[in-house]
Amino acid sequence: MSQKLLEVEDLRVTFPTHQGDVEVVKGISFDLGRERLAIVGESGSGKSMTGRAILKLIRSPGRVTAKKFVFDGIDLNKQSERQMRKLRGARISMVMQDPKFSLNPVLSIEDQIAEALRTHQTLTRKELDEKVLHMLEQVRINDPARVAKLYPHEVSGGMGQRIMIAMMLIPEPDLLIADEPTSALDVSVQAQVLDLIDNLIREKGMGLILISHDLNLVANYADRVLVMNAGEIVEQRDAADLQNATHPYTQGLLNAMPRLDETRDELPTLDRTQWAAT
Amino acid sequence: MSNMTEWLLSDSPTSKGQAFAGRTWRMWLSLLGNPLAITGLIIVVVLVLMAAFAPLIAPYSPIGQDLENRLLPPSWQHWMGTDELGRDIFSRVVYGSRLTLMIVLLVAAISAPIGLVIGAISGYFGGWVDKVMMGITDIFLSMPKLIMALAFVAALGPGIENAIIAIAITAWPAYARIARAETLTFRNAEFIDAIKLQGASPARIIINHVLPLCTSSMIVRVTLDMAGIILTAAGLGFLGLGAQPPLPEWGAMISRGRAFILDQWWVATMPGFAIIVVSLGFCFLGDGLRDILDPKNEGKS
Amino acid sequence: MSAIELNNLNIAYSSVQVVHGASLTVEEGESFALVGESGSGKSTILKAICGLNDEWTGEIKLYGEKVDPRKRADISRISQMVFQDPYGSLHPRKTVDTTLSEPLTIHGIKDNGDRVVEMLNAVGLDQRYRFRFPHQMSGGQRQRVAIARALMLKPKLMLLDEPTSALDVSVQAEILNLLKQLRKDQNLTFLLVTHDLPVVSFLCDRLAVMKKGKIVEIATRDQLAKGTFNEPYSQELYQASKHEHVA
Repeated sequence: MSQKLLEVEDLRVTFPTHQGDVEVVKGISFDLGRERLAIVGESGSGKSMTGRAILKLIRSPGRVTAKKFVFDGIDLNKQSERQMRKLRGARISMVMQDPKFSLNPVLSIEDQIAEALRTHQTLTRKELDEKVLHMLEQVRINDPARVAKLYPHEVSGGMGQRIMIAMMLIPEPDLLIADEPTSALDVSVQAQVLDLIDNLIREKGMGLILISHDLNLVANYADRVLVMNAGEIVEQRDAADLQNATHPYTQGLLNAMPRLDETRDELPTLDRTQWAAT
Repeated sequence: MSNMTEWLLSDSPTSKGQAFAGRTWRMWLSLLGNPLAITGLIIVVVLVLMAAFAPLIAPYSPIGQDLENRLLPPSWQHWMGTDELGRDIFSRVVYGSRLTLMIVLLVAAISAPIGLVIGAISGYFGGWVDKVMMGITDIFLSMPKLIMALAFVAALGPGIENAIIAIAITAWPAYARIARAETLTFRNAEFIDAIKLQGASPARIIINHVLPLCTSSMIVRVTLDMAGIILTAAGLGFLGLGAQPPLPEWGAMISRGRAFILDQWWVATMPGFAIIVVSLGFCFLGDGLRDILDPKNEGKS
Repeated sequence: MSAIELNNLNIAYSSVQVVHGASLTVEEGESFALVGESGSGKSTILKAICGLNDEWTGEIKLYGEKVDPRKRADISRISQMVFQDPYGSLHPRKTVDTTLSEPLTIHGIKDNGDRVVEMLNAVGLDQRYRFRFPHQMSGGQRQRVAIARALMLKPKLMLLDEPTSALDVSVQAEILNLLKQLRKDQNLTFLLVTHDLPVVSFLCDRLAVMKKGKIVEIATRDQLAKGTFNEPYSQELYQASKHEHVA
């Protein structure tokens, strides 16, 4: 691991409710270099909240607190909303689950990607066009000149997600947060999109936080894995070593998945009472 | 008491009754958390009580004339003063609440179910049924409410019953539109498919499964519309086409007071004030109900 | 006798044909899967079989009886369906008890709640859930209720439309176990629509691979386990799934 890109200590996300405050992320700590880190967990584990908290995108009345919250030498605790807006997109980007909801339906692909660039840099129209086409090529879109003129409803889910990635990567951020980037896609397209993210991350030497519910998937596309349950990190492991997970929750998750050559008559299930989820 | 709340808020009710009581209780709790809605509710409850116990509350007869005491300003004897025939305005306002409440309830009871059923049928079946029904609805919608009501009253003759019918006829199209829009959002929902697969007839699906989901937005809308209904009724009364003298209808009272508005302001102002307060009350309550009954909020704990 | 027989089934949605000449046979007691990517037409076939879509030509036979799309006979006692989205498949204003009793009321079956209690037990839900509203339950619990509802009329054939794809892995395992158990106990025939090959491997005997509205190949579970498909497209799907399951 080279120098630290992101340091998080005792990160908490709290929402007030009628019955008092509820912590959805309960004081987690982790570091990230220019590497690929995965956060895995089931719904309600707090994994997505963690991703959003890094960008300080938790909506009020939710609160984010951390003892240490440093991104590339910048103390995120001290950043105002305005300063955060400069960081978002330019230095830290986020790819969301469903391209259908993240692309603006009334802008062409070209304008959409250009927009992402224009908010952070001033460029001439020509430079802009060139960059956009180059980026579309990088996300392996055949015939980028044609696709650039299309509107979001005219492209498939897989292509939409690639366009999202192009949009997020064109300002050349240092950290990409991908929240379930492929769960809305078909299996065959999933691999393509993940391979693409993987290649671009390596080429540009960026950091990646991959948030997913799928242990198998992250095992292939991350260096390190954090397993979260009920707002806490229950296990941290190298991805290659995931098979040897020791925490019963991780093991439970691994075993609960059916296999292609399934011979078991019954799938083992988690005993939830052990980690009384909220 | 604590046992009672526990029973109501139980996560695992043991009977249908308890489940529904629990849900109602929860709604009640969230209504209590909304000061404006409570204000509205109190106004409406006061209106109902006033109507129910009018003879006990009103100090004088609403129609008894006392020509010696005409046009007296508000005083301890006559809280809201007296009108040009010496009738106690407070007593008339109190008795007028009966008329107002009757108009509002009858209009709601006639127009809401018509609108609901037409909208739900139209939305559920779609196709030509939808086209025909919504065509008719649109024709009614395109005409201004008060003018339509005027036309109907002119045709049927003035009087409070006819005013009610006229207002009801102009009110249902809006409800049909809402019910249709609401139905469209879930006619393709999986729970409707599921009930179809169980062999339920269209009538059963509409009555048992579609209508219950439309009612909450309908209740909200009707409550919000009550203010408009009161105003339309008052408008008709004001024009002399609604309640006929000597009925103490608020709109008609304003109309009578118009002649004295500069010298004896209270004659027109007091019933006007009553109209404003009651309209506001229904609006507040409607807004509060919207927050509680909106199905989109359900499930978010 | 076969439970389902499709002969040259064509389905069109407003002049766009989405299924082209599909033919297949599902034997009684068998568990059969329709596999394919989104838009392959697999769910469309399911909807045609159960009668939610009547815009088809060709032949559908259920237990030897021809289905007439214009003169729909009530097949609710023969076949029931479980949907993908446990949040959308239960009426939000009805308690579990009402949802489960409804099919009995529709068919005029007299019963004082015994069958509801029995079915709740069968799907592993305790009686505490009987009078809850859907929003008071988790996704897995809702899916159990949906399965119980499908079983209320004691159908022989269950149509399963991606019944676990909206659920967490650990919950998916519970539901898959439950489905397998129910099939054994009640001698059910399954027709499962899914994009998830490992689920097929766990739950089904045979599968049909679909691509762009056509059935490309019908294979056995054995072929799936070994990855010995005949068609290149099936092999492609298999590789994509395998790629995911290295761990």
